[in-house]
Amino acid sequence: MTGPALATAPEPATVPDAHGRFGPYGGRYVPETLMFPLQQLEEEYFRAQKDPEFQRELSYYLREFCGRPTPLYLAERLTKELGGARVYLKREDLLHTGAHKINNAIGQALLAKRMGKTRVIAETGAGQHGVATATVAAMFGFQCVIYMGAVDCERQALNVYRMKMLGAEVVPVHAGQKTLKEAVNEAMRDWVTNVRHTHYILGTAYGAHPYPVMVRNFHRVIGDEARRQILECEERLPDLLIACVGGGSNAIGLFYPFLGDASVKMLGVEAGGEGIIPERHAARFQGGSLGVLQGTRSYILQDAFGQIQSTHSVSAGLDYAAVGPEHAFLRDNGRVEYGYATDDQALAAFLRLARIEGIIPALESAHAVAAAIDIAPTMSKDSIIIVNLSGRGDKDVAQVVAKTGIQLPQ
Amino acid sequence: MNRIISRFELLQSQRQKGLVIYIGAGDPNLGATLQLALGLEKAGADVVELGVPFSDPLADGVVNQLAAQRGLASGTTPPKLLEMVAELRRQSQVPLVLYIYFNLLHRVGLDVFIQEAAAAGVDGLLVLDLPPEESANYETLMEKAGLCPIYLIAPTTPDERIALIAPRARGFIYYVSREGVTGMQSSVSTTIPGMISRIQRYSSLPIAIGFGVSNPEQARQVAELGDAVVVGSAVVNRIAQHGSSPGLVDEVCHFVQTLSKAIKS
Ligand SMILES: Cc1ncc(COP(=O)(O)O)c(C=O)c1O
Repeated sequence: MTGPALATAPEPATVPDAHGRFGPYGGRYVPETLMFPLQQLEEEYFRAQKDPEFQRELSYYLREFCGRPTPLYLAERLTKELGGARVYLKREDLLHTGAHKINNAIGQALLAKRMGKTRVIAETGAGQHGVATATVAAMFGFQCVIYMGAVDCERQALNVYRMKMLGAEVVPVHAGQKTLKEAVNEAMRDWVTNVRHTHYILGTAYGAHPYPVMVRNFHRVIGDEARRQILECEERLPDLLIACVGGGSNAIGLFYPFLGDASVKMLGVEAGGEGIIPERHAARFQGGSLGVLQGTRSYILQDAFGQIQSTHSVSAGLDYAAVGPEHAFLRDNGRVEYGYATDDQALAAFLRLARIEGIIPALESAHAVAAAIDIAPTMSKDSIIIVNLSGRGDKDVAQVVAKTGIQLPQ
Repeated sequence: MNRIISRFELLQSQRQKGLVIYIGAGDPNLGATLQLALGLEKAGADVVELGVPFSDPLADGVVNQLAAQRGLASGTTPPKLLEMVAELRRQSQVPLVLYIYFNLLHRVGLDVFIQEAAAAGVDGLLVLDLPPEESANYETLMEKAGLCPIYLIAPTTPDERIALIAPRARGFIYYVSREGVTGMQSSVSTTIPGMISRIQRYSSLPIAIGFGVSNPEQARQVAELGDAVVVGSAVVNRIAQHGSSPGLVDEVCHFVQTLSKAIKS
C-alpha cells in the first residue's frame, strides 16, 4: 500500500498539554528562580517554531553545516546473516560531530541567539552532546561551558579533547557516581546562577517543560526523513523501528513522525548493563518507578525513600537514572515497547556491525543494533526494520580496545 | 496554633526581627541534629530549617551538597528524621521547617508524608522543586494537617508569579535574595528593597530573606530590609568544620548567638 495517502504522515495526537504534561508525566518541577526563565523559553520556542524565518535558518544549517539529510542504508550483509527482516540503518552517525545530538544543539543555539543570550552551557554523558554544543557555540560565537561526570571524562576522553579544541570549558563533576545525572545537576546549578545571560542547551528529551517537547521537535527530522526515504525505496512503511533510549531524544526523534502509522511497531532499547540487578543497569522501565527528578515526572531508578539509585552501563550516554516523560507515556498506552540490551550484547553488536558492514557504531547505538540482531531473524524476509544508528563509535574505540584486548601490531 | 505563625505574631508584637537557621539533618548524625536544634533555639533561632538529605540536591551549592552527603552517609531517612523530630518535641517547641526535594514526598505519597510530618511535630515544608503550577492538592493537604507551605520568591519572579504564589503561602514568604544555589556571599544584594516592596503589594505575610548571608553584619543589614533573615551555609560550614568534635554544639551555637545579637539589638 503506497501512494499519496501514505506520503503525508498523519499528525500524531498533540501531546504534551499546555503545562508540558504527557498524561501523568512531564511538567515543570524546578526551583522558583527557573520558573520565569522557563516560561520565557517556552514562549520564545513556540514563537520560533511558527516563524518561517527561524525554520528556514534551521534547515539551512541542518543541510549545509550538519549534512542532512542522512542516508537510510540497507545493511545488506547483516540482513543476509540474520536471515529475516531487511534491516535499514538511519545514518545519524554520518552527521557532523558524529551523532544525532547536533540536530537539537543547532536548534537551541538559534533560539539562544534569538533570546540575546551570550553564553551556553550543557551537560554531557558520552560527550556527543557536549561536542555538538561546543561546535554550535564556536560557530555562533557563544561562550561555552560543558559539565561532564569525572568517570565519563575518562571513558570518553576523545570527546573531552574535541570540546576543548572547539573552545569550550569542560568542567568535570565529582559528585555522586560522577556520570550524567550529576552533570545535569551541575548544569542546572550554573543555570540558576547565570540565567539572565545563559541558555542551558539540555541534550535529551528530558527535563522541565518545554525541553522534552522542544528537543523532540528538533529531532523529529530523523523520523520525517526516514519515513520519506523508506517510502521512496520500498514503497511501503517499515514494520518495526528500533532505537536506543538514554534520556530518549534519538528514539523519540525517529518514532514521533510514525506514531500515527498504526502498522509501524516501535521498540526502545534501554541499557541492561550487567543484567537487571539494582544499581548494575540503567533500564528504567525494568527496575524503575514513578518519580520526579531534574524537573520532570517520569520513570526513575530510586530506592524506597525516593533517593536516586546509581546506574551502570558500558555506554555513558545511556547510563542515566531517568527516562524522558514522553516515553513513559508511550509505554503506558502501549504504542511503543521497551526492552533492553546488556553490556555484552551491545559490545558484540558493536564488533559485528564493524566487521560485516564497515560501520563502527557508538556503544549507545550498538544497543539498538543488538535488539535488531535478536529480532530480525524472527521476522519474515519481506518485513522491514529501521534501526536508528544514533552515532559513530570513534569515541568508544579506546574503551572497546580495553575490553576486547585488541592490540597494535608489534 | 501553628508554631511558625505564632512565633511571627510574637516577633511582630515585640517589633523584633526573626532569625531562621538552616542545618542539614543527620549531619554528622541525627543525634547531633537533635542537640543542635535544642542549642539553636537557646542561641536565639526563631525557626529551625532542617534540610532533608537528598541524593540530587540541584538547588544547593557545594556546602549544602556535602552536608546532604554526610546526612545520607549517616543513614538519615525521612522516617528516622521524623522520629528525631518527635523526640525533639518532648523537649522543645521551636518552630520547625523541613527543606526538602519533592521526590522524597512523591515517593511515599503527599498525604502520607504530610500527615506523618505533622504527627511528628513539623510545622512547615519548603519543597524546593514544587512550584504552585505543580502543587495539585498539596496546599489542601497542608492546610488540613495544619502545616505551613513555605514558598520561595526569587529575583527572577515577575509580578504575575508573585500574585500566584503569595496567596498560597502560609507562615512566611522566603525571598531568595540572589540568583543561584545556596552558598555564602561577600556582600548584600542591592536589589532586595525593591523586591520586598513588590512582594508586600501581594501579601501581608512576614518575609524572610536568605541565601548567602554569612556574618552578623550582613544578617543585621538584611534583617532590616524584611521581617526575618535566613542563615544556612555559614552555619552548615561550621558544622562541617567541627563535625564529630565534642565542642560542635557550642561552636555552632556561639556563632548563631552572634547573629541573633546582631539582629535583635
Ligand atoms: C550516539 C548516542 N546515542 C544515543 C544517546 C542517548 O541519548 P538519547 O536517548 O537522548 O538519544 C547518546 C547520548 O549521549 C549518544 O551519544
